[in-house]
Amino acid sequence: MTAWLTGIGGFVLHNLTRLGRANLFLLRLLGALRFLFRRPGLLIKQLYVVGVLSLPIILVSGLFVGMVLGLQGYANLVDFGATSSLGTVVALSLIREMGPVLTALLYAGRAGSALTAEIGLMKATEQLASMQMMAVDPFERVLAPRFLAGCLAVPILTGIFTAVGILGGYLVAVVQLGVDGGAFWAQMQAKVELFADVGNGVLIKSAVFGLLANWVALFEGYEALPTAEGVSLATTRTVVITSLAVLGWDFLLTALMFGVW
Amino acid sequence: MRQKNLELMVGLFVALGVAAFLILALKASDLTSLGNDQGYRITARFENIGGLKVRAPVTLSGVRIGRVVGIDLDPQSYEAVVTLSIDPRHNRLPTDSGASILTSGLLGEQYVGLEPGGMDDYLKDGGVIRLTQSALVLEKLIGRVLTSTAAGDAPQK
Repeated sequence: MTAWLTGIGGFVLHNLTRLGRANLFLLRLLGALRFLFRRPGLLIKQLYVVGVLSLPIILVSGLFVGMVLGLQGYANLVDFGATSSLGTVVALSLIREMGPVLTALLYAGRAGSALTAEIGLMKATEQLASMQMMAVDPFERVLAPRFLAGCLAVPILTGIFTAVGILGGYLVAVVQLGVDGGAFWAQMQAKVELFADVGNGVLIKSAVFGLLANWVALFEGYEALPTAEGVSLATTRTVVITSLAVLGWDFLLTALMFGVW
Repeated sequence: MRQKNLELMVGLFVALGVAAFLILALKASDLTSLGNDQGYRITARFENIGGLKVRAPVTLSGVRIGRVVGIDLDPQSYEAVVTLSIDPRHNRLPTDSGASILTSGLLGEQYVGLEPGGMDDYLKDGGVIRLTQSALVLEKLIGRVLTSTAAGDAPQK
């Protein structure tokens, strides 16, 4: 009985300390962002790594998610003779949910895990320690550029994902299935609000998810045990924790933004 | 040279992102919804507004000319007071115009339809539409049909 309680206590304490360390880590990271005004080149390099190199997967996934939404929406709406509101269905589901969430999940798999592995290996091979020996702060030189680049890249990727998705829905609905193109766009424009939908969904949600994904990825890398097994474990944890955090926060944000009180 | 290529790619990436947001703003959502407050306000009183909601369209001959911006209850007369914001381009609505709450399609959303009158004076900001027709409440309609058929059946027996 006592052993059982000790187990619970240990688990809670372990996770609370970890959460506390993660918050201190974020504060140090935010403090180190000033350094980027002096070396913007570092930011450009990282934007290329996490942003440009994530484009293919985002473009292809966005297109296919949009096409699937178009097909599924058509199959269900055609029974009610309401295929003209297919544009609304595709656009709203992409802008409010699918775009931000799927981009964040894809980002965690494509870029977040790579960030963790990179930082973890830098730590395991004592590169971070040797930087400190040379009075170079790894937070400023290594972590801050990656963090800011990731936080900028996720909203941009989300915008691209959503726009391409709507295009995919258009391709299936109008070009393939013969829904009226004018009604597709007109109904979409009548229902989609610029601030309430695009602002809340694509901008605010993706900004929150971007922060979460990069924070988790960098923290896990920084805290990884300096062994091959430790790095592999940290990479797995990044993907798992980011996915859970994104889905949990998505529910909270959706309840705040689109909830009916 | 390599740094230049890198910057080019990142520049393209950011430009693509901006283009995506522009598409979402201009093509997917209607930017004209921003000019909400430029319209002039007129009010109309209804006995029953059914499922009318704020931001529902206001149409004239099927063309959208404004939006519903406020729904309130008059505590004295128990009537619903609906405030409409009308696009200032359409400032020639006669004062005896009528407003009715209609439904787009059988299960569609409800909107306010205006019918122009014949007066020479036009509605201005703060004007009131006197001639109104309430929303058609499906339950009441069915109830009326049922009672009328019941009343019709009775004498035959």
